[in-house]
Amino acid sequence: MSKQEQHWEKTRGLLLMTLAIWFVFSIGIFLFGAEMNEVGGPFGYPLTYWFTCQGSLGIFVILIFWFANRQEKIDEEFGFSEKGDD
Amino acid sequence: MIKGNFIDNLPKVYGIYTGGFLAFIIIMAIGEQMGMTAKAIGICFVAFTVAIYAIIGYLSRTAQADAYYVAGRQVPTVFNGMATAADWMSGASFVAMAGGIYFKGYGYMALLVGWTGGYVLVASLLAPYLRKFGCYTVPDFIGTRYGGNLSRFLAVVVLTVASFTYVTAQINATGTIASVALDIPFQYAVYVGLISILLCSMLGGMRGVTWTQVAQYIVLIIAYLLPVFWISNKMGAGFFPHFMLADEVARIGELEQQFGFVKNSAADLANVPKGLAGITKAHSAVNATPWAFISLALAMMMGTASLPHVMMRYFTTPSVKAARKSVGWSLFFIFLLYSSAPMLATLSKLSLIDPSLPTGIIGKSIAEVQAIDWYQNWNQANLMFVSDFNGNGTLELNEFFMGGKAVVLATPEIAGLPYVISGLVAAGGMAAAMSTADGLILAIANAISHDVYYKIIDPKAETAKRLVVARVLLVVIGFAGATIAALEIQGILGSVIWAFDFAMSGLFFPLVLGVWWKRANKEGACAGMALGLLSGLGYLIWVRNGGSGFLGITQLTFGIFGSAVSLVSMVVVSLITSEPSAATQKMVDDVRVPSGRSIIGRN
Repeated sequence: MSKQEQHWEKTRGLLLMTLAIWFVFSIGIFLFGAEMNEVGGPFGYPLTYWFTCQGSLGIFVILIFWFANRQEKIDEEFGFSEKGDD
Repeated sequence: MIKGNFIDNLPKVYGIYTGGFLAFIIIMAIGEQMGMTAKAIGICFVAFTVAIYAIIGYLSRTAQADAYYVAGRQVPTVFNGMATAADWMSGASFVAMAGGIYFKGYGYMALLVGWTGGYVLVASLLAPYLRKFGCYTVPDFIGTRYGGNLSRFLAVVVLTVASFTYVTAQINATGTIASVALDIPFQYAVYVGLISILLCSMLGGMRGVTWTQVAQYIVLIIAYLLPVFWISNKMGAGFFPHFMLADEVARIGELEQQFGFVKNSAADLANVPKGLAGITKAHSAVNATPWAFISLALAMMMGTASLPHVMMRYFTTPSVKAARKSVGWSLFFIFLLYSSAPMLATLSKLSLIDPSLPTGIIGKSIAEVQAIDWYQNWNQANLMFVSDFNGNGTLELNEFFMGGKAVVLATPEIAGLPYVISGLVAAGGMAAAMSTADGLILAIANAISHDVYYKIIDPKAETAKRLVVARVLLVVIGFAGATIAALEIQGILGSVIWAFDFAMSGLFFPLVLGVWWKRANKEGACAGMALGLLSGLGYLIWVRNGGSGFLGITQLTFGIFGSAVSLVSMVVVSLITSEPSAATQKMVDDVRVPSGRSIIGRN
């Protein structure tokens, strides 16, 4: 397998992981919205309510930065990262 | 004061700008104490901020294609994040979102999840690859990846349908704010709004829009957060509302139990002015089925990843790496406002309905409520209404009606904040609507000037001529949008959601599969765009005309049907036609690697 194919395989793996986490917090948990809302969440808000106000939104922010860093590592590993700063 | 390169000095430039804006707010506050009228303060806020944007737009003027289309590809990540956030958060986000949460609760909050979750798709599936491609516009990517004028043209059609649906709502919003703040009729105010918008974009194109959007973000975020924190502290609800409103949320639940949701008769509701609503849904309880919530969130997420005015912001970063990070910053800056909207809705609702608070009006006598100053003001503006349906002389929960915009616009006044805050909020709403309108008009004008005029009609056109065409189109599209906005056909929020559905119907899969599926070819992409858009549009028309729909897909989520048709037709047509040429497959391989030359152009 060429270097480029390996790089793409790892990139695809990272994509699937990112989309899996995304799926859980944008779709998965809301399948159980009514049940989860009975439970107390952070800062004392009902749990589902908290996810819609802050939780899922904040997790998406962190997820994107995490994804960007992981992808950079993959690019560096195969010598495909760009020269210069960002 | 400023030495050297403009880009290196950005933190300093915008730091001074922010300080200047805060100083301006303080001067206005002092002016208010010294007897400046509310009207004068409103005019000063809107005029001052719009003048600043116009100056930035003028200073960013350019005669180079690279600067005009992609701001010279040198916008640093954090600043591009701010510009994207302003580009993204429209008049609807700013003025209508808190109101939507106030009235509809959980079912509406699917929009919060959808409009943020979409950025994960942008970051992981598209933005870095389109940046590597080096295109000027989204149809530029479609046209080059798949080849042929037809695919390019279809992409322009989808882009125009989606963006134009969106932009009329934004021009409408600038007109509404300008007409209130400057006290002129809406029909003229729409054109005042339009001219302000064009001042930012006409001379500098994407470069001008970028630097004004950063300035607009700073104004809109201050204008949104300052009242939320102030009201929360004034009510004693908590120093940092986001972490401290659990008691208030619980208290609203108690009051809902106590008052109950009484259903009004149709005859009673006929007296309520159009556009106003009462509180009929629980504030923090789950009041929608899982599919209703998830389908709306999903449609908004896929729409986010297909809307060209957002995607093209990531063409302006210096590198692929920067494009990825920049998506994270964009969402962070969006998060600051979106996570505050539910808090504002909570504070606004509690201050109105809690009888134990001095501002609470439920349980007071109707005559007493009608005598309150702010009630009279907002009643006159057609945003508030009370009526004694049961004739007991006391205001009940089901007898109080409000417009969605009032949550953002009226809450500062209800909570007893000085008028300077209302002026600030008007400036923020104007900034939000202008920045989005600018991004959208530019996206349409650039697609038509670059992809239709330059790439299809006259490939030999010189840069100067291309940029003249681009600017003429900008003005024409702006005026077309303003003319339709002046007719006031649709509500602001409905048309925004439609724009997302149109975009995802036609563009989501052709864009994503262009990067992630090498076998996707021209015939497949054309089928995907054309059939996706047509089936989405057909479904919308069917449901609007009394069709029952299926699978719970409504007129707000028709993009789910459109994009499903798009996916199936694209895959089937691609597989029954020949595979893309070796050169195209090589191009896809190159796009997948961040380093090296971009596919189109020099940089």
